[in-house]
Amino acid sequence: MSRAALLVLADGRFPAGGHAHSGGAEAAVKAGRISGAASLADFCRGRLHTAGLVAAGLAAAAALGTDPVALDRAADARTPSPALRLAARKLGRQLLRAARATWPSAELDALGREFPKGAHQPVVLGLAARAAGLGPVDAAYCAAYENVSGPATATVRLLSLDPFDATAVLARLAPEVDRVVDRAVEAARQAVDGGVDALPAASAPLLEIGAEAHAAWPVRLFAS
Amino acid sequence: MNSSGVRSVARIVARDDGRGGTALPVLESDGPLALRRTRGSGAEARVMLVGAMSGPLGGDHFTVRARVEEGARLSVGSAAATIALPGQAKGEARYDVRLDVADHAELHWTPEQLISAKGSDLHVTTRVDLAPASRLLLREEQVLGRAGEEPGRLTSRLTVRVAERVVLDQELACGPGAPGGWDGPAVLAGHRTVGQLVVVRPEFGADPVTARVLGEGASVVPLAGPAALVTAVAPDALRLRRLLDEALTSLL
Repeated sequence: MSRAALLVLADGRFPAGGHAHSGGAEAAVKAGRISGAASLADFCRGRLHTAGLVAAGLAAAAALGTDPVALDRAADARTPSPALRLAARKLGRQLLRAARATWPSAELDALGREFPKGAHQPVVLGLAARAAGLGPVDAAYCAAYENVSGPATATVRLLSLDPFDATAVLARLAPEVDRVVDRAVEAARQAVDGGVDALPAASAPLLEIGAEAHAAWPVRLFAS
Repeated sequence: MNSSGVRSVARIVARDDGRGGTALPVLESDGPLALRRTRGSGAEARVMLVGAMSGPLGGDHFTVRARVEEGARLSVGSAAATIALPGQAKGEARYDVRLDVADHAELHWTPEQLISAKGSDLHVTTRVDLAPASRLLLREEQVLGRAGEEPGRLTSRLTVRVAERVVLDQELACGPGAPGGWDGPAVLAGHRTVGQLVVVRPEFGADPVTARVLGEGASVVPLAGPAALVTAVAPDALRLRRLLDEALTSLL
């Protein structure tokens, strides 16, 4: 395993389209639920332990070689909002393009054939990690971290929040990211033998409701 | 002191009686889980879950199993809200609901609210297995704490399978000791009640519901399968029920 490969995959400049998505922050800012660094931290913490845990579990399971079709269905069942399913597939398609160019692999080619409209992004992320010679822990870290770094970066733009404050929010969440990754990888290892039902299914009602409200806006800064 | 808590399993089997109605060949109450058949309407059999004592308390493990056989129609409600309370016994309480619905059968599972009282620790799992030509209406409402009270710890997982494919798998964890951020802007944002309606109908496969929001606290969405989900949050149980009723009316 190359630690530098992890930095390439986790780099916010990796050309996979993530910057166009706010992870629900745009809807939460509009509703007045994020108004500064403190509420951003609370938002990110809640997202980390719900959507972040689920994404990390899926990514870790994909990196372990679990059937991507079963994982994609598990992602659908854990993503009731059709706006979020669509966003996850668009992001998955963009990530797959970038990953295939970066780490060519037969598994990524097969994933592209199986899901012409895109598989859920965490599933692609796990297979991209695998193609890059990384393991389930790395894949889970990428998924969990980008689940909070996305909303933090978006909030800097949405609220003109001080970027130092936003970065401090992410730094203070680091121990919780570690715990989420531990849980996700443990569940992913159980899923290898026990099936995908063993993966985390933590949900966040307001992320789901907010995503549908956001998708109906005529004008928005972020795609989701 | 009994440290193992109460184990209790109640069972219902609903069967087409061949005369246009539904028979209940199995209606087994057990300890605190008491079942009563009440007057149904038309082809439907109606059962009320009557709490014969309070609970579940810490250490208790309740299970309710219902099977609706081909062509039968069953509606299950409860006489009152279920209150999770702290107990003498150590550890969490468990409440498991297992529902099976066969082809051309229909189940309405609409119990009253589950109230998570201060100091309680309850883990609920609800698993529904549906045949491809079956129908379901399922309502879950969680109330975090009695009036003005902080909640206990509540973890609730809801899994719905249609034709052996999982169409919904969601877990909500809240209260003291739950992973951080549960009361924050991504999850509940201070709302003290949360509820879901799951509606499964074969015709939703070809003609899914249109995704929409009802105000700021509820959404109606098509799942990846012949099913629709309503998710709602509200400040109190009354407003939550109104939101869910309004959403259900829009689905009929």
